[in-house]
Amino acid sequence: MLDLSWLLIAVPLASAFFLLVAGKRANKWGHWVGVAASGSAFLIAAIAFFQMMGLDSQDRAATVTMIENWIPGGELNLDAGLLVDPLSLTFVLLVTFVGTLIHVYSVAYMETDANRRIFFAYLNLFIAAMLLLVLADSFLLLFVGWEGVGLASYLLIGFWNFKPEYATAAKKAFVVNRIGDIGLIIAMGLMFSAFGSLDFATVFGGVSGASTAMLTAIGLTLLLAATGKSAQFPLQSWLGDAMAGPTPVSALIHAATMVTAGVYLIVRSADIFNGAPTARMVVAAVGAFTLILGAVIGMAKDDLKKALAASTMSQIGYMMLAAGLGPVGYAFAIFHLVTHGFFKAGMFLGAGSVMHGMNDRVNMRRFGALRAAMITTWVTFGIGWLAILGIPPFSGYFSKDKIIEAAFIGEGWQPWVFGGAALIGAGLTAFYMSRLFFMTFHGKARWEDDQHPHESPLMMTVPMMILAVGSAFLGLILATGDRFVTWLEPVTGHVEHEEPVLPVGVLIASTLILVAIGIVVAWRKYGAAEVPLEAPAASLITIAARNDMFQDSVNRAAFQRPGQHLTRTLVYADSALVDGAVNGTAAGIAKTGEVTRKGQSGQVRGYAATMLIGLVILVIIVVQGGL
Amino acid sequence: MDPINFVYLAAILFAIGSAAVLTRRNAIVAFMGVELMLNAANLALVTFSRIHGELDGQVMAFFVMVVAAAEVVVGLAIIVAVFRTRQSISLDEPAELRG
Amino acid sequence: MLLTVPASLSLLFAKKSVHVAMSIVTAMVGLATAYIALDAPFLGVVQIVVYTGAVMMMFVFVLMLVGVDHREDLKETIKGQRWIAIVGAGGLGIFLMSVISRVSLPLSERVMGDPDLIAGVLFSKYVLVMEVLGALLISAAIGALVMTHLPPLRPRHTQKDIAASRVKIGADPVNRPMPGYYARHNALDVPALDPEGNPIADSVSRVLKVRNQTQDGVEFRAQLEDKENPELPDSSEVERGE
Repeated sequence: MLDLSWLLIAVPLASAFFLLVAGKRANKWGHWVGVAASGSAFLIAAIAFFQMMGLDSQDRAATVTMIENWIPGGELNLDAGLLVDPLSLTFVLLVTFVGTLIHVYSVAYMETDANRRIFFAYLNLFIAAMLLLVLADSFLLLFVGWEGVGLASYLLIGFWNFKPEYATAAKKAFVVNRIGDIGLIIAMGLMFSAFGSLDFATVFGGVSGASTAMLTAIGLTLLLAATGKSAQFPLQSWLGDAMAGPTPVSALIHAATMVTAGVYLIVRSADIFNGAPTARMVVAAVGAFTLILGAVIGMAKDDLKKALAASTMSQIGYMMLAAGLGPVGYAFAIFHLVTHGFFKAGMFLGAGSVMHGMNDRVNMRRFGALRAAMITTWVTFGIGWLAILGIPPFSGYFSKDKIIEAAFIGEGWQPWVFGGAALIGAGLTAFYMSRLFFMTFHGKARWEDDQHPHESPLMMTVPMMILAVGSAFLGLILATGDRFVTWLEPVTGHVEHEEPVLPVGVLIASTLILVAIGIVVAWRKYGAAEVPLEAPAASLITIAARNDMFQDSVNRAAFQRPGQHLTRTLVYADSALVDGAVNGTAAGIAKTGEVTRKGQSGQVRGYAATMLIGLVILVIIVVQGGL
Repeated sequence: MDPINFVYLAAILFAIGSAAVLTRRNAIVAFMGVELMLNAANLALVTFSRIHGELDGQVMAFFVMVVAAAEVVVGLAIIVAVFRTRQSISLDEPAELRG
Repeated sequence: MLLTVPASLSLLFAKKSVHVAMSIVTAMVGLATAYIALDAPFLGVVQIVVYTGAVMMMFVFVLMLVGVDHREDLKETIKGQRWIAIVGAGGLGIFLMSVISRVSLPLSERVMGDPDLIAGVLFSKYVLVMEVLGALLISAAIGALVMTHLPPLRPRHTQKDIAASRVKIGADPVNRPMPGYYARHNALDVPALDPEGNPIADSVSRVLKVRNQTQDGVEFRAQLEDKENPELPDSSEVERGE
């Protein structure tokens, strides 16, 4: 079955193409085709997984060549192939499983939309591109998938593009992603110059021969690409606005899968980062910073989806931090990625369910006491909430605590800074997620007059329930006996267990204490007390957080304005210098003509004078004996 | 008398003739300047013929005279024709070739 | 020869064009004497005959045609022209004179330019040139004719038009009678005879008639003698319109 892994990409891609081309007559049944495509991809992945489990640990990496001589150009000879190994298969399973559930959810959620078929086409396109990304065996093919998910994201965010702000949000996402893509392109260029090819085998094999400076450069540019795709600082500004897309999109792309592509890239390039400690430290720093940034922003958001988006940003910060810690953290980054995929997707689907029942409103200040009206949603959302908080025995506890532990491993200032950031982040996460939960489901009902909250249909709640089960138990299953770490070992390398600077027990205890404090504070403010209908006046930080830390203004001032000035200067230079040179030459010649024209006076005697002068000159020349 | 002095005279006459062509506005007077230049050349030819003891110079001067006569004929005919249309023989007036 | 230069200077300074023409004539004559002094008598005479006599007279003719009382204003209109003239012409003259002064040519034996000697050279060495010059003269003459040809202001009055106008007014369309086949004169004051031998009144100008300057012209009448038939009346009986 491993040989047929190309079907994983081909089936959703063909389905997407078919749905786009089929036209209006496919509207009645098109979505089921989409669901079937996604489901069959999952089946293939599951079979491949079981096959791989039967192999020995060393044999678990298999390369399937799809296209020979994909790039047969002079110096760069590249085959297009798929690398099926534990890391990529993990992602494939995550993407297809969560993806199929969300496909089913979307059948009901997008019921009233006339373009539902096209929505499924884009979803399938996304699945195909994401699978290509994680299955690629070379950076170039990965880049193809990278661009593909960017495209799918753009199409899906701007799905309701009759609203200009949604279309703008899609453009913003695409443009910010593009900046990250430049990082990937430069990294590929550097790799090509250093190693001579772009496929993983050559690159990772040649790492030992390359200089640290080169590896650091490659690492930093890869980090730039990852920050773009994963909404990390400094390219995080698009994620909040991306919530303009339909909720299933937010669930699939901006929670579980696409935004994790950056983490995948970093973990896949582990060999490069292992050779460039400085770059790795920058990765960890970026992760830690974004972790705190996302948490602070999430604390002040009143928009349900935007708060969840900030939470995603923060959780991916955790993953980045883990990936930046080196071999100790790679496996935990992926672990947290998988668990996060489940509980965040579940929470997003829950948010969609809430919106479905509240006439597509998102302002949490007008929610409240939805527990009674939407019990299933409350339960599934609650399980996700507990998971993200890291309450044992839910999955988040296993993954996040491991990261906090790993953050405290090291020497010098690093463990204290990173570990401290992770710890504080856990507390902040607890606070804002609890705030979100209590504002939505508990307290007094603050509904508007036209809202009659009701539970969502089965087709929506069943996927939520399945994801909740995963959020609850997956962590436990994967953590027992270090199963997951061992599974990933062929890729991440075997790591000796190291002790963190603080004892493990202290860490776990302090984490739980901070989490409890967060829950209590949130309950006191938002569960028990009256929640104001309008956002109250608050401190500077809160105002900044409400405005996404003024990230758009910063971007505008730091990049857009100078960029515009630069462009204007170039345009001016082009018209003045380039056009000016051409026009100036023409004008100069015209002026010369004007001046020489005056020489023709039409006067006979003038011409006679010219003739005489010429004659004199000739005579002198002749007499002097030639020129 | 040294024949070379005649060449000096020829040079002077040539200069005067060319100055007249440039300076005078009356077309016929300018034409007379041209005739004077031709005559100066003739004088030079005859002088050199005398100096070298050949008769070729004189024969060439003869030819020059013939050609000058023909040229005067045509030139005056042109002047007359121009006069008929413009009623003026000033050299300053026809400026149609003006740029 | 000493006259030549001052005479030429009038070309530059004289106001009236006729004065200029006369001074140039003087210069030409001066040049002619120079030719004669340089052992070229033929050329000197030709100079006077052709140049002074023909060319300069043509100049004077055209001057008369064109406007003899043009008083030329010696003020210069084109800027800088006078300077160019002085510098150019003066410079040229000075330069040529300086060149000549540096040359030393050995004087050869004197050969008199007699017409026969010139003719010898002309028709042997330069005969082709001479023929070409002949053609040149002809084309010059034709050219002058073409140049001065006036386009007719009215359409040409052809014979057809004359005849038509005569018929229109009812006059005799025929030409004025000519003396005739047997006439012995074409005098103006003697009338012509018609085919019957009678004088035609129209053949004599009215003016002469009025002045009584006509003649009979009897003696001019045709005398016909029939040698075979002497009885036939001879023309002496055919006088007076019978």
